[in-house]
Amino acid sequence: MYDVLIVGCGITGAALAYTLSKYELNICVCERFNDVANGATKANSAILHAGFDCPPGSLEARMNLEGIAMAREICKKLDVEYRDIPTFVIAFDERELAYLQELYERGIANGVPGVRIVDRQEALALEPGLNPELRAALYAPGSGIIDPWEYAVAMAETAVRNGVEIKLSSKVTAIEKSGDTFKVTTESGAYEARYVVNAGGAFSAQIYELVGGSGLTQTNFAGQYHVLDKSQNGIIHSIVFPCPDEHGFKGILVAPTVHGNLIVGPDAYGVENGDAVATREPELTAVKTGGLRSVPGIDFRQTIHQYVGVRPNTQIPDFVIGESDICPHFVNLAGIKSPGLSAAPSIAKEGVKILNRIGLKLIPKESYVDERKHVRFKKLSDGEKAAAIRENPLYGRIICRCETVTEGEIVDAIHRPIAPRTIDAIKRRCGAGLGRCQGGFCGPRVHEILARELGVSPLNILMDEEGTWILSGSVKEDASDGTAV
Amino acid sequence: MEQQYDVVVIGGGPAGLAAAVSSRENGAERVLVIERDKMAGGILNQCIHNGFGLHYFKEELTGPEYAQRFIQKANEAGVQVLTDTMVVSVEANHTIHAVNTRDGYFTVQSKAVVLAMGCRERTRGAIATPGDRPAGIFTAGTAQRYINMEGWMVGRRVLILGSGDIGLIMARRMTLEGAKVLACVELMPYSNGLNRNIVQCLKDYDIPLYLSHTITQIKGKQRVESVTIAKVDEGRKPIPGTEKEFECDTVLLSVGLIPENELTRAAGIEMDPRTSGASVYENNETSIPGIFACGNVLHVHDLVDFVTVESQRAGKAAAIYAARNTEASPERTLTIRNGNGVTYTVPQRIRPAQVPKAVDVFFRVNHVYSNQQIVVSSGDNVCCKWERAHLAPGEMEHIVIPCEVLKDARDSIVISLADAEEKEITA
Repeated sequence: MYDVLIVGCGITGAALAYTLSKYELNICVCERFNDVANGATKANSAILHAGFDCPPGSLEARMNLEGIAMAREICKKLDVEYRDIPTFVIAFDERELAYLQELYERGIANGVPGVRIVDRQEALALEPGLNPELRAALYAPGSGIIDPWEYAVAMAETAVRNGVEIKLSSKVTAIEKSGDTFKVTTESGAYEARYVVNAGGAFSAQIYELVGGSGLTQTNFAGQYHVLDKSQNGIIHSIVFPCPDEHGFKGILVAPTVHGNLIVGPDAYGVENGDAVATREPELTAVKTGGLRSVPGIDFRQTIHQYVGVRPNTQIPDFVIGESDICPHFVNLAGIKSPGLSAAPSIAKEGVKILNRIGLKLIPKESYVDERKHVRFKKLSDGEKAAAIRENPLYGRIICRCETVTEGEIVDAIHRPIAPRTIDAIKRRCGAGLGRCQGGFCGPRVHEILARELGVSPLNILMDEEGTWILSGSVKEDASDGTAV
Repeated sequence: MEQQYDVVVIGGGPAGLAAAVSSRENGAERVLVIERDKMAGGILNQCIHNGFGLHYFKEELTGPEYAQRFIQKANEAGVQVLTDTMVVSVEANHTIHAVNTRDGYFTVQSKAVVLAMGCRERTRGAIATPGDRPAGIFTAGTAQRYINMEGWMVGRRVLILGSGDIGLIMARRMTLEGAKVLACVELMPYSNGLNRNIVQCLKDYDIPLYLSHTITQIKGKQRVESVTIAKVDEGRKPIPGTEKEFECDTVLLSVGLIPENELTRAAGIEMDPRTSGASVYENNETSIPGIFACGNVLHVHDLVDFVTVESQRAGKAAAIYAARNTEASPERTLTIRNGNGVTYTVPQRIRPAQVPKAVDVFFRVNHVYSNQQIVVSSGDNVCCKWERAHLAPGEMEHIVIPCEVLKDARDSIVISLADAEEKEITA
């Protein structure tokens, strides 16, 4: 019997597990995918918003600002890549200028530090990469860029080191309640718990329905991004938004990533599935046009990748946070759309507060782990590199040439508390395959290392989710009966 | 390990090995090749088909055989080869930073440096093919490595996008291993592959080649399930109503090669956007004195035989530089410009005083042509011309310009096709 069972191990579930793991509690997290952070947390803009955009008085507004402050601390403690960079929202005409003023006033109402409107000259002086035809810009220094995968993984790993159990490939199919006990049935087995928290991301409305909840409808919107090679990284040093169009989406942003790339996106279109990943034309080309309008210097011939993210929207405009009124001890942390990544630690804090208020006893552990180290070979000084290789010679073998990721880092990742078991999971943990050759060179080598370290046949190594097989068999094998000839 | 060398070659593929051997033969004493893989030979090691060496050795070899000849030559010549070692940076003063598991993080100093890092394949991300993002989409070279080096098959029903040589070779290779190759789909109205590969790898196995077609959709949540292709118009945009769907589990991409010049750019060497390689002089020297480039890192070649010859020139020049160990005084330099029909040239610059008798110039054309004249001109003067019955983008052209025709040229010369359409690409 668990004290708390969390459904979903994206950024929200991971932040909650991490926050709860400081207390004397039995906690379990059930994740539908075969790795943590594989839903909305995997594919988004990878930024921490300054907080001027949220409606004043909303949960989003409060939690965005609190969350970003907490994120800075967490990233320091858990060795997650994060960088403070400013945001610009740029305006080209009268309608957009009026919108800037509205945004500015919202920012002031939300208490966003340092937010102001800058004229064309100052905007271009602060950020020479902007389209010189702009008339004015909203400037907000309090934003940042982050590695969302590592942010979630780091919190989930730390939770595991503090005793939390994470069950992967455990899609929740039923939740029954008898007396004070929930029975949660998943694809990997059934578990009992006294409290259940819904951190289901793009599937949170479906999870809520399992306890008879209604009134929550998932209105997921997908968005496509282009990722550009590091050669484009110096073009801008800020997050750049246009003014939103008539549909109210924030529009196609241009932003550097902590990995040193540039991302351009997302557009917006409705999708039924919370795990939609398909890119489509002509929209993909339109995303480029949107990016070039803000930052004309982008060279899209240097594109290395595209991806699709799903905004886990519901019909309710704010986060949906609180105990269910029809099912006591079932807590929703649902509808966590943008700025959910920015707000995550604050959402978790609120979740803990709610659980405590409805009866969960919080006894702090006498000792718990609240630190984490990640060797990033390429970020070390020459002397540190030499020392690292002396200690572990595998740091001297570079497997991913584009991102300078060593065998030592890949082996480290495989032996961390939540073992990555797929090629893409390795990519998210240490960046191998993230670069300009997209794993063309390192893919087979990562494959070999994974099989060796996990003690399985290379035939069993997947690219990503279940069913994403890479190898169909060995050569010189008769396809009809599988035997070698 | 030693820290001082006459010539350090970065990359132990065919280009690097030929350059290193040539450096030794031309008087360089201490020559080091740094290779990132566990053995020298480069990508030839996974090219187990034959057809290599017809020009250089006048016999037909497999890729590994061709590589082995140069590995042996390097051994006999006393070239030091350091494998399983990655160069992480090259400085303009010829200091090279590298790492491996034995020596850790180290630097070596060299009088001259030859860049021979080869190229990489263009990916789905670079061409932004729309659709789902399942497993089963490989670059042809990655599939070749899995099959020929690791002994694993990557799928059973295959569609190939692009008709580059590696894609064509893999169409045959996968067929021989029991896979069904459904089609090879090429965006352009002609193939960039060698004609002999079209015949021997597609036609001989009844694999259809769809010219002026591209992939418009990939379906499959987990593994590739189907691919839709469509004919494209002259602007290379898909034409609605021409779609064909293929059920398959694998897509191989052979859509171009990109010289791998990250070290080159980081060193501050001037690049040529037309080749994506360094801009070089007649002896393969880059904009940084004493740093040379050759092979596919300089421009993508069709045949390894030509890589060998080019690399020998670079290796020799590096040895001469190392022996002289001073920078040449400034001298008259001619820039080679692209004229009509020409998309790039290598070298990009000529120092006539450095050219003994004649200079070899390599270039590519923008379309398929027949019965064309190649013209080298300076201002209004035609310096020299050549006749060609057939020219194609997939076949690198080579001319030898005699020195004496350059003596009156001022600042630049232009290479063009006499009857090509007005310029599309400028220097």
